Parts: sequence; structure tokens; C-alpha cells
Amino acid sequence: MDMRNSQRLFVSRPSLFSGLPLLAFALFVLLGCESSKGRPSMETGSQPGTVSLNGAGATFPFPLYSKWMSEYNKINPDVRINYQSIGSGGGIRQVTAGTVDFGASDAPMDADSQAKASGTIDHIPTTLGAVAVSYNLAGIQGLKLDGDTLTQIFHGKILRWNDAKLAALNPDLKLPDQAITVIYRSDGSGTTAVFTDYLGTVSPAWKAEVGVGKSVRWPVGLGAKGNEGVTGQLKVSPGSIGYIELAYALQNKLAIAAIKNKAGQFVLPDVAAVTAAASEVSLSEALTASIVDAAGPGAYPISSFTYLLVHRDAKDRRKGEALARFLWWALHDGQKFSSALHYAPLPASVTAKVESRLRSLTAGGQVLLSGT
Amino acid sequence: MTAVSTEFPPSQGQVSSRRPPSQVNWGDRAFKVTTAGFAILIIVTIAAMALEMLTASKLSLREFGWRFLTSTDWNPVVGTFGALPFIYGTVVSSLLALALAVPVSIAVAMFLSEMAPPQLRGPLAFAVELLAAVPSVVYGLWGIFALAPLMRDHVEPALRAIFGFLPFFQGPNQGFGLLTGSMVLAIMITPTITSVSREVFRAIPRTFREAALALGATRWESIRTGVLPVARPGLVGAAILGLGRALGETMAVTMLIGNRPEISASLFAPSYTMASVIANEFTEATEDLYLAALAEIGLLLFAVTILLNLVARLLVWRVAGTTSGGRA
Repeated sequence: MDMRNSQRLFVSRPSLFSGLPLLAFALFVLLGCESSKGRPSMETGSQPGTVSLNGAGATFPFPLYSKWMSEYNKINPDVRINYQSIGSGGGIRQVTAGTVDFGASDAPMDADSQAKASGTIDHIPTTLGAVAVSYNLAGIQGLKLDGDTLTQIFHGKILRWNDAKLAALNPDLKLPDQAITVIYRSDGSGTTAVFTDYLGTVSPAWKAEVGVGKSVRWPVGLGAKGNEGVTGQLKVSPGSIGYIELAYALQNKLAIAAIKNKAGQFVLPDVAAVTAAASEVSLSEALTASIVDAAGPGAYPISSFTYLLVHRDAKDRRKGEALARFLWWALHDGQKFSSALHYAPLPASVTAKVESRLRSLTAGGQVLLSGT
Repeated sequence: MTAVSTEFPPSQGQVSSRRPPSQVNWGDRAFKVTTAGFAILIIVTIAAMALEMLTASKLSLREFGWRFLTSTDWNPVVGTFGALPFIYGTVVSSLLALALAVPVSIAVAMFLSEMAPPQLRGPLAFAVELLAAVPSVVYGLWGIFALAPLMRDHVEPALRAIFGFLPFFQGPNQGFGLLTGSMVLAIMITPTITSVSREVFRAIPRTFREAALALGATRWESIRTGVLPVARPGLVGAAILGLGRALGETMAVTMLIGNRPEISASLFAPSYTMASVIANEFTEATEDLYLAALAEIGLLLFAVTILLNLVARLLVWRVAGTTSGGRA
């Protein structure tokens, strides 16, 4: 009896407001459909003339690529290029899977990744960068290191700043009796790949025991995430040493060590020194090369190329042509934006080789760039 | 009378499946189906996540088997992967964070529920909730610039001076290490434990405290004998919920723990957690085995977190059971 009475109390009369939520929902859905139909599509061909290219990859050259893409869009408003800096590994994966039009990587793709891609993927060198060795020692400026001491520091064989080997290289500096705190990159990165490539080149022991790669098993030290993490830890840890991209060292005003190059000079990383490192390079057939410990006067020993990864035979002719034209522009006009962002322009010998590679890019067998 | 009785359902408003279609409330049924659908979606999502991680880590499971859990060698260059340093780092940092956070949190919860004057209760509870709202990255940044130098220059040398005979407080200290990571974790899990503990204390009827007070107990004794024994399962559940949060915490920990896959007795030494290694190395891992190894670490972390949350839920429900039951 009580149950039935309470139920009767809860029976609501149909009122004006009962259907309102449903009506609102229906309106919302309809309006949503309407607006999505009206929005201009981002696909090529829907609006004649607009080509949209997507790329992903290395974080290191992101500032430069970002500048290039916005400058190119000013000159060619019908080409919109979008780049996501998700890391070299991600860039290689995406371009292999075909989810992006081009990729970017600091280190060349290995044979396994090449095999997974459908068709050949070309490496296009775009710019050069330097890995700076920064340190935090109160009152000490102008530290000099060579390949041997640098490797031993990171290998845990030189443990204190006033070690005899360091004092021998820096007779005019009063190095303190302080423990060396090594800081490395905990995340996989192209910067680590370049740095370990250098250490592996100058020290067979390093190559055998630790190896070269985007992620290695560091013998000593602390790991920090990203260039910004290493920079942060360097700033707060007295007696620390670490490797970071040149731009970070310069912008955070960290002390940078001069590294002894193959010619015997102690060189600081700057744009001219990096270009000098690439001037005598002989690129492989794939247009890749390692330029660490480069010969030649004034060369900075820890430099590297960075590459854009493009399909040799593009699937979409319009996109392939737009991309090839952008790369041509980047190879020539784009290089003048490099120095301001602490990247080094490509030397003439490299430019010539890249030009001939760009001319050989095709879409469906037909050459993309003709008449340039 | 009999005609009227057939018009109303026998149970309390539930739609019986044997009712003729004209008398079924279709709106109610649609409501039930929709909400049940969403609930099932959650379970399906969790199952799908577990399945996906199992599939992704198949290569590593096959390659390493149980060795994965016992090996300390994490070498991406050579291609051998062992998860023991990460398991050690995760478990020790979380347990240490728990040991630091639980006394503080329970004390705060006790103060908020038992002893705080009403004007203070609101602002203090709000301040504790604010701790939970701070993003993990901000904790990490604060840790790098404030906590790590403090630990390196003041706290760790003091610990070394007082407890240096123990192996836990020996060895070089750089401010970035297991102890600093645990400290920041402790700060991050305090709000979780405090809020759940507060609810647990609130769920205990006043009669327990009043009985102890009536027998002549002081304020502290009434809490100790009347409230704490009953609340203990719930407090353990709250602690385990905090532990669950600590296990999964990534950004703040990776910025402070030193990221070194090594097991060391010293708390000053750098370490590495499961969540940190995935966050650090996943985007750049290109080889299949490397990716599978990282996915397997994710699977381990997933399994441990689910297990601990299950235990926590059971314990918290036990408190609700004993207090709302027939205990005299």
C-alpha cells in the first residue's frame, strides 16, 4: 500500500520542459553537422591551389624548420606545411608507415627501418648543428678538453676536476678539487647519438664498452629529460658537466668547453666552426655522413647533419612537387635563416649533391622538378 | 481491489521482463540500457588496454621470459633489457614516499575531522586539495630549482652526519636521487591520503568517541582507543590508494630521481622508475624489441597498479561494512 502511494507521487506530468533537453540535443547535433560541412576541408583538391603537407620528426632542427615553413608560406601562400617535433624515432616510424608526407631525423635511418618502408626513402641534409659541452664550475671560464679526457670523464675514469690530465690541458686555470658530476640525456635523442658517435670515434674503448646510439647505457652520471632538463640540472649542480644543443648553451649563458679537433686546435662551437666541419665531408650515396672529429682547420669536432626524410617516388604528384620545391627553396634561400638560430648553413659541396638528388625525385616515375 | 493490484508491479518500480509491452516503461528501459552501456564501456576499455599491452610486449615476453624481471642490464645499444632496476626504483620510491606521507596525512585528517575549529576546517581542507591540483611538471620544476639544492646542501649532509653508519645514507649525494624523488612523491600523495582518511574518520559514528570519553579518556586516548582501531582498515586502504598514485607518477619523479638504471643501497644514489623509463625512451625507440621491452614495463606497471587498487577497495569497503552493520 505504501509502495503504491509513493510511486504515485513520483509520476510526473508531461510538461513543457520535459522534451526540452531532447530538443536541445537534437539541435546541437544538427548544428554540428551543418558547421562541419561548411568548414573548408584541409585536403588538397577541395580548394583549388592549396597544398597541405605534414611532417614529423627530430626536435633538434625544429626552430629552423618552423622558421622555414612560415617564411615559405609567406612567399607561397598556397602551400601550408605542418611539422610536429615528436623525436627522430617518431619521425622515422611515421614516414615509414606513410602517415606523414616527410620525416626528419638527426641520425640516418638504419637498414631495418628502410626495409619496412614501401619504396625508398631519401635523406636530404638540411642543416648542420653542434653539440656543446657545458659545465658548471664557479669562476672557471675557457675550459679546454680533448677527445681522450672527454671520453674518460663520461666513462667515469676521471673523477675530479683537478685531475692531472685536465690540469695538463688547462695549465692557466685553477681547477678545484671537486667531484665531477656527469649529466646525460635520459631520453633517447639525436643529440646523444651525435655525442656518443664522437666518443666512439675517438675512443675504441668507449665504442666497445658503451656503444653509439640515441640511448646508451651510461657508465656514470645522472640523467635528465630533454635539452632543457640537462640545462636545468647543469645550472643547479656545481661541478657538473653535460652535453646540450648549442642554442641552449648560448641562450642560458652556460660555460662551453673548447674541444680539440683533429688538426690540434681547441675550437668552440659556433656557426663557422660547424660549417668548416662539413666542408671536407664526402657524403655517402645516400647523402648521409658522420662529421664528428672532422679533419680540416677550424672544424668543431662534435657536429652533425640533420636530414629530412622523403619518399623517392611520391604517391601524390601535387604534394610531391610542392615538397620538392620547398626543399629546393630551403637548400638555397632558406640557408640564410640558419645562422641567427645557431645552425650552420650547408657548404657548397653538399649543396651541389643535394640539388642533383632533388632533381631525381619522382612521382609515379615522372620527375618532379624540371627546369630548375 | 484485485484489478488494481495487477496494475502495479510487484517489486519497487523495476520493469519486470514478463510485463506486456503496453505496460513497460520504455523511457526507463532506455535509461537503464544507456547507463549500463557506459559502465560496460569502462570495463571494456580496461580490458582492451591490458590486451593491447600484452600484444605489444609479446616480442619481449618471448625473448626474455622471466629473466626480464630479474636482470639488471638495460642496454638499448646491444638489445638486452632487464627490468629489475626499474622495479626496485618504483617500489622503493613509492614505499618511501608512503612512509613519509602517511603519518603526516593521517595527522592532518585527524586534525581536520576531530580537532580543528570550524572556521579553520574549510580553508585548511581547501589548502590540502590545492596540493593535489598542482601539475606534476610544476612539482618537477620546483624540485629542480628548490628541493634538489636544499637536499644536496642541507638535508642529505645532515642525514649523513647523523645516520652515516647505515648503508642507506652513505655515498656521494648530488641532490638528484632516490630520496629527493621520494620526497616530492610524498608531497604529491598527501592530499589523496588525507581526503580518504578524512572520509574514513567521518564514517565512524560519534558514539565510539563518546563512549571512550564517558569512561574518562583524554582527547588523544579517546581517538586512540575509540576511533583508530575501527578506522585502521580504511586508513590502510587510503594509504594504498596513495601508493597507487605514487606508482604511476611520472614527470615530477623523472625530473628529480637521476634516471640511472642501477640498484644501490644508498638513498642518495640516482635511480629509475618504470613510468620514467617509458616516458623517457618510448618516443625514440625504433627497434621492435626495444618497443616491446618498454611495453612490457608498461604491462608490469599496469598489473601492479590494478592489484594495489583492488586491495585498497576491498579494505575501504570493509570499514563501511563494519560501521553501517549491526555493531552495537
